[in-house]
Amino acid sequence: MSPREIFALRDHLGAELKGRTLSDAHNSASLTDILSQTVLGGRLRELSSRAVLLKLSDQLRSGLAMIELDGIARRMLLCPPDLNPAHLDALIADAGIDAVVTDEPARWTGSGVALIVTAELPLAPATPAQTERATEWLMLTSGTSGVPKIAGHTLEALTGAIVAEGPARGPAPVWATFYDIRRYGGLQIFLRAILSGGSMVLSDPHEALADHVARLNARAVSHISGTPSHWRKLLMSGSAAQFAPRYVRLSGEIADQAVLDGLKTAFPNASVGHAYASTEAGVGFAVNDGLEGFPADYLGNRNGVEMKVVDGSLRIRSTRTAHAYIGRNATALTDDDGFVDSGDMVELRGDRYYFVGRRGGIINIGGLKVHPEEIEAVINRHPDVRMSRAKSRRSPITGGIVVADVILADGTDPARAKEIRDQILNQCRAHLASHKVPAVIRFVEALDVTPAGKLARTDA
Amino acid sequence: MSVRLKVIEAIKQIAKEQHVTLPELSDDLSLHETGFDSLAFAILVARLEDETGVDPFTISEDAAFPATVGDFVRAYENVPA
Repeated sequence: MSPREIFALRDHLGAELKGRTLSDAHNSASLTDILSQTVLGGRLRELSSRAVLLKLSDQLRSGLAMIELDGIARRMLLCPPDLNPAHLDALIADAGIDAVVTDEPARWTGSGVALIVTAELPLAPATPAQTERATEWLMLTSGTSGVPKIAGHTLEALTGAIVAEGPARGPAPVWATFYDIRRYGGLQIFLRAILSGGSMVLSDPHEALADHVARLNARAVSHISGTPSHWRKLLMSGSAAQFAPRYVRLSGEIADQAVLDGLKTAFPNASVGHAYASTEAGVGFAVNDGLEGFPADYLGNRNGVEMKVVDGSLRIRSTRTAHAYIGRNATALTDDDGFVDSGDMVELRGDRYYFVGRRGGIINIGGLKVHPEEIEAVINRHPDVRMSRAKSRRSPITGGIVVADVILADGTDPARAKEIRDQILNQCRAHLASHKVPAVIRFVEALDVTPAGKLARTDA
Repeated sequence: MSVRLKVIEAIKQIAKEQHVTLPELSDDLSLHETGFDSLAFAILVARLEDETGVDPFTISEDAAFPATVGDFVRAYENVPA
């Protein structure tokens, strides 16, 4: 019996599809003849069977290095751009790192990492390499404090949902995402671009949104994803008017009805849907009926993904989940039955489940538990509201009260602020228990979004 | 607007929002008789903090919560500007 065939990224790339590119704001690399080129200065052989830390300052070189290393390295740890450098030593020890791919080699001399390989552009010619093994992909969870956890994936698990969906219909898509591709949500789009025969346009954290959208247009981006916060920012910017993608996806945060409707209005010819995925649980499901939440009959076994709700949180078992947390003090990633507890709290209303918030994000209001997301979803329904954040504020009387910061749609007459505030409060009173109704609504110009594209919740 | 007027305006606004029918507000009306519950008072204190910049009930460790409308208003009037 022959060993099971192993597919690496290189095995999905061939010269038969012309004109494929991977580009950022400054450079573009041809994916068509990528297999006979190297971003690693031709040093790929040295990285064979190594545990490689991928620590690069840009996504383009990161993506090219992933293509080269997959199937050659034993494991590769993807470092997102906002990784706290103070956590590097712990991560290197936990992942058993013995090589680093970097664009700042000087920083690594004397670091104790045995092998330092510089990733550089332009690409140099190289002999195509052959897949040797199934590389373990290590991704970092996006928790806000402490050393992030390392979740171990295989390419097969990472691409399970992509293979299940089958190829995109119509002309080869041009993919883009507001995420960084070293995060789970962004990596999904990068892998889709590789597997689907298309091109991809990378984001750049230093680029103004209007310039980014101009670049998406210039490259004819057809398929694009981001968090609801990313999309709200785009809707607020006024730049959406020049952009006409065919496929718009949201993930990473709760997609409420307001943002889904906003995107449908802004992109009337696009398919607008939201997906549920996380670094640990993998891709759970997609919702394409234009509504928030998901049908209750998604629970059970659907296309190989099993879901159940226990103690209010969504649990997922499938071949697309990470297989383990990696490291010295790693805890179990799944329960005894193999289910990942997502920590995402859901509520059944009628025949649909609705996401209400993160288990760890609950705020305490006078002894009562409140999910800020639930309040924001109600506030966001007001037609003049673009984005909001609910949080708790200390109160000498009840211990805590809910306050909300709200961004109004562009061009809202400031004279209407009081009227809008009253309408928002009425809306909240009609749909929320009294302790969840914001005591104070403050209109603000901007709300912080984390580098991972999620609304910053400093008090959560 | 005087501090007193600001406090009274805020009480009336919150009463309207919370569907509380206020009796006539006089200095010796006990706060209990306003019909406000603790949540309504918490909202009142938070809004007044935003408007005046002070929360007299958190500033001082030994501040007893006032008993009457008059005490409540004076708590704001007596905070050094």
